Amino acid sequence: MLKRLFPHPYLTMTLVVLWFLLVNHWKIGSLVMATLLATAIPLISSAWWPDRAMVKRPLSLATYTVLVLWDVIVANFQVARIVLFMPRDKIRSNWITIPLDLHSPEAISLLAGTITMTPGTLTADMSACGRALLVHALHAPDPAAVRDDIKTRYESRLKRIFE
Amino acid sequence: MTAMLSVGFELFLSAILVGGGVFALIGSYGLLRLPRPMQRLHAPTKATTVGVGAALVVSAFDLLPQGQISWQELLIVLFLLLTAPISALFLAKTLILRGEADPNLPDPGTGTPWATLAQERSDP
Repeated sequence: MLKRLFPHPYLTMTLVVLWFLLVNHWKIGSLVMATLLATAIPLISSAWWPDRAMVKRPLSLATYTVLVLWDVIVANFQVARIVLFMPRDKIRSNWITIPLDLHSPEAISLLAGTITMTPGTLTADMSACGRALLVHALHAPDPAAVRDDIKTRYESRLKRIFE
Repeated sequence: MTAMLSVGFELFLSAILVGGGVFALIGSYGLLRLPRPMQRLHAPTKATTVGVGAALVVSAFDLLPQGQISWQELLIVLFLLLTAPISALFLAKTLILRGEADPNLPDPGTGTPWATLAQERSDP
C-alpha cells in the first residue's frame, strides 16, 4: 500500500524539499501543497522511471558533494592561471579515455557531470557500449595521471555510494 | 557595535561579489584567447561555477543581519549544476560530429566506437 502510494520515495522527498525552496518560507499551507505535489508527480510519471535510483549510502553522497564543490573552487584558480598567464603554444590539450567500472546509469551520469563541472576537464562523449568516457583536458601534459586521479578521487567514491 | 559588524559583513559580501565577477571576466577572456574550439568550451564552465556561485551566495546571505536567509538561490545552484554539463556535452558532441574537434580521438578501448561517430546506435 505504502509502496503503491509512494513508488519513488527519494523523488517524493526531493520534490517536498524543492517546493519549500521555491516558496522560500515555512508555512503549514506550503507543506500541504508540497505533499500533494510530491505524491501526485511520482504517481503520474512513474511510467518513465523504470528503475529506482539506488543510493546505498546517502551520507557519503553528502560528503561527495562537499568534496566536489571544494575541488571546483580549487580547480577554478588553476584554470584561471592557465587562461591568463600560460603562452598559447604551451597549453597541452589532450583527449583522455576513461574506462568505467561503474554500471548504474545514475552513477555514470553523475561522474560525467562531475568531470565537466570541475574546470580543466570536460566529458565529451561516451563509447557506443557505454563502458568508457571520452574526456577533454585543457592542460594535461600527463593524461594517464588525470585518468587515475578521476578514477580514484571520484569514481571509486561513486562506486561505494551507488553499487 | 552592530553597525560596525554590519558594515564589515557588507564589505565581506562585496569582496565575494567582486571576486566572482573577476572569475566570470576571466572565463569570457578565455573564450577570446584560447585558440581551438574544444579549448574554448572549457571557459564557460568556469563562469557558471564560481562566478554565478559567488553572486548567488551573496544574494542568499544579503539580509542575514536582519535575520533572513533566502533559500531560493540553492535551487538556482542545483539547476545550474544539472544543466551546465548537459549543454557542454552537446556542444562537444556537435564539434566531434562536425569534425571541428581535434581529429585524433583516442581509442575507446571497448571494441565499440565513440557514440557520436557510431553508425547505428546500439542501446547499452
